[in-house]
Amino acid sequence: MAQTRLGRNENISGWAFIAPAMVLLGIFMIWPILWSLWMSFQTGRGMNMSFGGLSNIIRLTEDPIFVKALGNTLTFLAIQVPIMIMMALIFAVMLNSPRLRFRGLFRTAIFLPAVTSLVAYSILFKSLFSTDGFVNASLIALGLSERGVNWMGDPFYAKIVIITAITWRWTGYNMIFYLAALQNIDKSIYEAARIDGIPAHAQFFKITVPMLKPVILFTTIMSTIGTLQLFDEVQNITLGGPANATLTLSQYIYNLTFRFMPSFGYAATVSYVIVVLVAILSFVQFYVARDRK
Amino acid sequence: MTNRSLLSFVQYGVLSVAAFLSVFPFFWMVVGATNTSADIIKGKATFGSNLWTNIVNLNAQVDLPRVLFNSFYIAIISTILTLVVASAAGYGFEIFRSKARERLFGGLLLMLSIPFAALMVPLFIMFANAGLINTYSAIIAPSVANIFVIFYFRQATKAFPHELRDAAKIDGLKEYQIFARVYFPVMRSTYAAATIIVFMLNWNNYLWPLIVLQTNEMKTMVLTISSLASAYTPDFGVVMVATILTTLPTLIIFFLLQRLFVQGMLGSVK
Repeated sequence: MAQTRLGRNENISGWAFIAPAMVLLGIFMIWPILWSLWMSFQTGRGMNMSFGGLSNIIRLTEDPIFVKALGNTLTFLAIQVPIMIMMALIFAVMLNSPRLRFRGLFRTAIFLPAVTSLVAYSILFKSLFSTDGFVNASLIALGLSERGVNWMGDPFYAKIVIITAITWRWTGYNMIFYLAALQNIDKSIYEAARIDGIPAHAQFFKITVPMLKPVILFTTIMSTIGTLQLFDEVQNITLGGPANATLTLSQYIYNLTFRFMPSFGYAATVSYVIVVLVAILSFVQFYVARDRK
Repeated sequence: MTNRSLLSFVQYGVLSVAAFLSVFPFFWMVVGATNTSADIIKGKATFGSNLWTNIVNLNAQVDLPRVLFNSFYIAIISTILTLVVASAAGYGFEIFRSKARERLFGGLLLMLSIPFAALMVPLFIMFANAGLINTYSAIIAPSVANIFVIFYFRQATKAFPHELRDAAKIDGLKEYQIFARVYFPVMRSTYAAATIIVFMLNWNNYLWPLIVLQTNEMKTMVLTISSLASAYTPDFGVVMVATILTTLPTLIIFFLLQRLFVQGMLGSVK
């Protein structure tokens, strides 16, 4: 849109309209993130802090709980995000086929989990996966397991519960983005492909996925940022257990600050690990999905 | 079976299973509210007769009117302030374009990737120093300048007809009057969609209220179900009733305003 140069008054109005938001962002985002950077070079307990140089970073490498939380967070990310994106894409493509009946019903049902609060659904999953609970009773009834699975007591299965829960909550949410994008693809492309005798699975990988690349990139980055900050689910389903097997970085920061004797400087250092991870992974995802020309 | 009918058989099968698994936990929640805690952790998935007892017990353990008030108060005030501040900013960025403001807008994009975990320690110290721990303002203030909502309004403002602004100026309206009396009524459906999304975000907020709200009479519904469920021996019947109460407002909004709901969700991230 071409626009004439702004007059002096209009320029002032422009600043006036954005000023409240900018001031608030300055106070509650810019200032804290800089403060937290400064804090990450401080050591000490509670409010008694002194300059510690890189000692917090050295402490990171020697802290087995941090290494575990980092490993857990990256495990959730590496397994959960691809599974969810793939499933969301498949559901969206299926729902987009013109002859499908009950489309609205399927779409609403699959999207419904995205309406729940993270804490509420976490509690539902906690009760479903309890030792003698519904999931185990069903597995035994179906003959898939003899005595049920120790979901909350086993490090491996506890991770499975968390991954299942997050996938349940967010697949429909991502699917809606793909459905909206699919509706913008010109139908004649698929018609041409059909006339050329290109099979459905090839159409999916050669037409649908490339056409949806921007929205796939977007949802992948948002899911990555979300998973790196995972807190509500692990806090309410497993409390990070058993033996820290599901502890995430956000939860560790919370514990360092609010549950143990506060160690603000070190907590700030751990939080910057998330900042750096978000930056690196967003960059990598942009790089991988760039247009090669 | 032909190739095509096999395909649609698979399609209906996959979608039916997905739909069933998506809806089942909601059914489980409703059934659970009618059962005893012992039945719930034994996996009983049929309706029981304990609903009234669960409601009575919940009411005895939690000051429900107070907790519901806290949730609604925080969510409503936050939503109103967010809409005012973010729509003004989106309007300002789009209508009054300048190089400096475009650069600032680019900066907002970078700030989107700042994780809350990196803010919560300094934010906590800030509010503790200001003596605002355990207050509503401590929850509301940091939530108001929401970058997603600013983006949403800037995007939506692209469809706002410039002629309306020009006409209003000729009529002698000041800039803030144009915003309040012309822009706001014209953009009703944009505001409605944003209201739904922002309300839900605030209603469901957990981590920051968990840090800041420390007494039972300040707790929100979400914090209440979390502490009920993390008790040493939680009464799951009671928890399920409380979980229904927590989920119901957003569920009702979704079913009544489904189209606006999806519009707001997609729009805030375009």
